[in-house]
Amino acid sequence: MATAAVRGRLTWQTATVTSVITETVAVRTIELDVPDWPGHRAGQHLDVRLTAEDGYTAERSYSIATADDEPVAITVERLDDGEVSPYLTEELRTGDQLELRGPIGGWFVWDTSDGGPLLLLAGGSGVVPLRAILRHRQRTGSDVPARLLYSSRTVADVIYRTELDQYRDGVEVSYTLTRSQPPGWTGYSGRVDAAMLAKVAWPAGQHPLTFVCGPTSFVEAVAGNLVALGYPAGRVKTERFGGA
Amino acid sequence: MVALDGNSIGGLLLDVFGADLTAAQTICATCGAAAVVAETVVYLRAPGTVVRCRTCGSVLMVIAEIRGMSCVDLGGMAAFDQGADR
Repeated sequence: MATAAVRGRLTWQTATVTSVITETVAVRTIELDVPDWPGHRAGQHLDVRLTAEDGYTAERSYSIATADDEPVAITVERLDDGEVSPYLTEELRTGDQLELRGPIGGWFVWDTSDGGPLLLLAGGSGVVPLRAILRHRQRTGSDVPARLLYSSRTVADVIYRTELDQYRDGVEVSYTLTRSQPPGWTGYSGRVDAAMLAKVAWPAGQHPLTFVCGPTSFVEAVAGNLVALGYPAGRVKTERFGGA
Repeated sequence: MVALDGNSIGGLLLDVFGADLTAAQTICATCGAAAVVAETVVYLRAPGTVVRCRTCGSVLMVIAEIRGMSCVDLGGMAAFDQGADR
């Protein structure tokens, strides 16, 4: 295949912030009004572009946090050395405008017709697209069994805790805390490893559909352990994010 | 630099090709491995965006923006098939 130069297409549009919700000390959910939003699928993301006064631009991808019949929202974790996330989490206010393009992604998505059982494995803010999947499941009345194992540093870093704890009827949510655990903690402790996965994961014979989202190191470790448990790679979908 | 995966270039590919290609199938020209774009290894901040085969590490695709033009090198792929998925 030959090298080619292709003229870029304009796909960016302007959205308006309708609310900013504090999830944790470092995490905000930003609800957006996007004119002519075509609707999205659970698990998709969008790109945000910030432009400085001198024309410098920075782009980042953020998972969409809501089901497709809800307003568009992203959940953003502040990275202290980041270019984009400090602005989004600390400076952005209701009524501000934001340049974005999306929805994006045709692989790391779940539709009710894809079935399950679902195994959702989240590292840190990797829980965001998995939360969208759970909301989509609930709002469509799906009875696909789902298990979420969600790894955070401390209990204060857990995003959507109240919402996740309310799930019943076929959704099981487990937490693990890697850095410190509060007194009386009944969840798991430490990084997701083979032993923890063996307790939480569906037996491979049930042909589960797995979504793993987190920092690259989390995804690589978890995906390797899943293969060791006999999960076929074709039913494990992964999404990695970096810190910048 | 931390490697991401092909999900992270969905917007870039949409911009360049006009379609969402994260679920498109790639065949590595070096080792023959088949993988969807979402499963490839992606370096966003190389000189340009570099997409590598997760099986053998060879470069599948490079996209660089030069003077407002996106320069796309697909030479590392034996096939790049959008497939039936939207």
